[in-house]
Amino acid sequence: MHVVSGKGGTGKTTVAAALALALASEGRRTLLVEVEGRQGIAQLFETEALPYEERRIAAGPGGGEVFALAIDPELALLDYLEMFYKLGRAGKALKKMGAVDFATTVAPGLRDVLLTGKACEAVRRKGPDGRRVYDAVVMDAPPTGRITRFLNVNDEVAGLARIGPVHNQAQAVMRVLKSPETAVHLVTLLEEMPVQETVDGVAELRAAQLPVGGVVVNMVRPALLDADAVAAAEDGRRAEVVRALSAAGLGGTRRGGSAERLFDPLLAEAREHAERVALEHLQRAEIAALGLPGYELGMQGEGIDLAGLYRLAGSLRKQGAA
Amino acid sequence: MNARDGAPTVSGREPAGPGPAVREPAGQDPAGAWRPAEDREPLDVVPLAVDALLDDPGTRIVVCCGSGGVGKTTTAAALGVRAAERGRRVVVLTIDPARRLAQSMGLNELDNTPRRVEGVDGSAGGELSAMMLDMKRTFDEVVLAHTDAARARAILENPFYQALSAGFAGTQEYMAMEKLGQLRARGEWDLIVVDTPPSRSALDFLDAPKRLGSFLDGRFIKLLMAPAKVGGRGALKFLNAGMSMVTGVLNKVVGTQLLGDVQTFVAAMDTMFGGFRKRADATYRLLQAPGTAFLVVASPERDALREAAYFVERLAADEMPLAGLVLNRVHGTGAPQLSAERALAAAEALEEPFGAEDPGAEGPGPEAAGDPDAGGQETDGVAGLPGGSAGGGRQAGVSGSPARSPELLAAGMLRLHAERMQVMARERRTRDRFVAVHPEVPVVEVAALPGDVHDLDGLRTVGARLGGV
Ligand SMILES: Nc1ncnc2c1ncn2[C@@H]1O[C@H](COP(=O)(O)OP(=O)(O)O)[C@@H](O)[C@H]1O
Ligand SMILES: Nc1ncnc2c1ncn2[C@@H]1O[C@H](COP(=O)(O)OP(=O)(O)O)[C@@H](O)[C@H]1O
Ligand SMILES: [Mg+2]
Ligand SMILES: [Mg+2]
Repeated sequence: MHVVSGKGGTGKTTVAAALALALASEGRRTLLVEVEGRQGIAQLFETEALPYEERRIAAGPGGGEVFALAIDPELALLDYLEMFYKLGRAGKALKKMGAVDFATTVAPGLRDVLLTGKACEAVRRKGPDGRRVYDAVVMDAPPTGRITRFLNVNDEVAGLARIGPVHNQAQAVMRVLKSPETAVHLVTLLEEMPVQETVDGVAELRAAQLPVGGVVVNMVRPALLDADAVAAAEDGRRAEVVRALSAAGLGGTRRGGSAERLFDPLLAEAREHAERVALEHLQRAEIAALGLPGYELGMQGEGIDLAGLYRLAGSLRKQGAA
Repeated sequence: MNARDGAPTVSGREPAGPGPAVREPAGQDPAGAWRPAEDREPLDVVPLAVDALLDDPGTRIVVCCGSGGVGKTTTAAALGVRAAERGRRVVVLTIDPARRLAQSMGLNELDNTPRRVEGVDGSAGGELSAMMLDMKRTFDEVVLAHTDAARARAILENPFYQALSAGFAGTQEYMAMEKLGQLRARGEWDLIVVDTPPSRSALDFLDAPKRLGSFLDGRFIKLLMAPAKVGGRGALKFLNAGMSMVTGVLNKVVGTQLLGDVQTFVAAMDTMFGGFRKRADATYRLLQAPGTAFLVVASPERDALREAAYFVERLAADEMPLAGLVLNRVHGTGAPQLSAERALAAAEALEEPFGAEDPGAEGPGPEAAGDPDAGGQETDGVAGLPGGSAGGGRQAGVSGSPARSPELLAAGMLRLHAERMQVMARERRTRDRFVAVHPEVPVVEVAALPGDVHDLDGLRTVGARLGGV
């Protein structure tokens, strides 16, 4: 099971989807699970809203298949009550009264057990041939700030149920989550706040003994020039660079000529770029200090469409993430 | 682009723009004659006069809202500094400042009251105080202020209350409103700038307090508290049996203890409920009053502007006063006359003698993205080599370094410029889709600074951009 977390907006949903695609190569089958009820997966794959039901949404490279499931905690609770308490029509009454909503609200831990429980069930599920139904389950998880609590359901429900089905469910979930079969990946950008959240998140996960997977640095932009190059342009190279611009057909070199007039604005852009490169370098160092496997995904110019998603999946595979 | 296809839609597809204009440069001065590839003129916007808003003594509350990560906290802090240095007595209520920004403003997490910010120029007669919201503490304060000591203690020690005050969805929004009401009541400042919580959706700020209120006030809680009363009403009699079945199941599922805690909590809070709702309603009305101005903050990205559009519509529906849109982290250039296409072509021409295999294929256009190898991490450390993480392939083929070769240096600068022009075109298209639908909303653009904003000088820079300087 791959759990994908990260600061909001860094690309959790995108990366989770790309990873599910990447893992679905050569006839393999993966399940992409959404737990926050935002229908982000449906939007990404350009399909209608996902029901509470596993459904094939894409073909992996080389004949694999990606399934998707949006888990609705209320429906999951009803399922669950049905399973253990045989409520029949009373279940509907419960829902109508607001009791289901109430229960998942007053006990967020309960909600989390239901969500993670459903995902873990899919991990362990076997087909008639005795083999696992899914080769991998990828979860588009809550953001870094909540991920440890979310996964550490055992602690969360300890105060609720000390015996009985909820307790057993929590135990079973924790067994899967803490096993080497699970990896929690964190998505970040090369910016101060997301990197800080990643560092804090890794510390929390480790303290809770949850298995940390890799760090995915998303929306990486190419570093074209660095501070040395900019410094060279600033002192003494002006005339030569202007000549080069002119030679490339961008106008005359005379003072006030168009090539000459390009120099200052282009230098200003280069300086900003170099400053960003230097900051990103610091952020990379912070990430490297975590000692985790790292993956990088480039910024897709026009945002993410299906083709872009497949490109990201290919990139993840090339980097050995799948 | 017209309003019909410009409407932000759920799928957010952009209409296909005109292809890149392939034009021969005209005349002696080709760079000057060249126009950006997009022939559409950017739509006109009504400029947002932020300084006039801040200087107007009638402006008493400015609320910065928008979706997560767009720059609400930064904007709120920058407005605070600017207003104070222009002579107003300001307090900024921040919710989640980045660590370094918080340090630079002297905010520490431990107290829940405003502190003076050092280093702000008070020569115009103004001053700045700032605080960071501690939602649990704010909740505790409310409880303490509204009940006698014994009851307050019972509530504060109740495990359900502790869970609720630490993280119930909506608590942060509710407490931000509560704190705003308190600051206003203290009357020590003539301008309050409010940051809003980091929710995914901008609308949460307006909706969450009501959600919390209606939960505390909800039907099920009422049933839970008074099953006997409900059962007593003939027609609903079956509910009584139903209720005990329900509470029985709930006891098993959420735990006897918790259900008991909820019941105790609700009983203890009973007298406060009315007060809670009244306070939330009062603050809501404060937000509708003429002295309040909402600034919707967005980055020039599809999702953020879609949220901004929803928010603009919602404010109008709720009769809340919108001052305008702050479009944050917008890119600009000093050389708009040089198009992306031409800059790239020139860069390729300059790189050619250096044996780059096919530099164009790895250029910073959309097709360049997506493929940095894991090993790319190291490459940006190599002095001056072009390529970095996304250009491993090209870089191997180029046998020079920009720090030494003026041609490669010029080529690198041109590639950067091409990338900048592409980003600007995209940002403008995204912005125009918003403007087409909401032409009446005043807009101010704030440039993307190369680094983070983490000190007073950075805030002054952002403030100057807000002021249109
Ligand atoms: N590598 C990328 N290049 C360009 N845009 C990206 C990339 N990854 C994500 N995005 C965009 O960033 C936005 C946020 O991504 P999303 O996956 O929804 O983040 P999260 O789930 O963490 O909130 C989306 O608009 C998405 O299309
Ligand atoms: N105009 C800007 N240029 C560069 N960085 C910015 C700008 N505005 C905000 N930032 C940075 O963006 C990050 C998120 O900003 P923040 O104000 O915390 O967003 P929000 O409060 O909306 O979540 C911070 O690291 C901040 O320094
Ligand atoms: Mg998401
Ligand atoms: Mg913020």
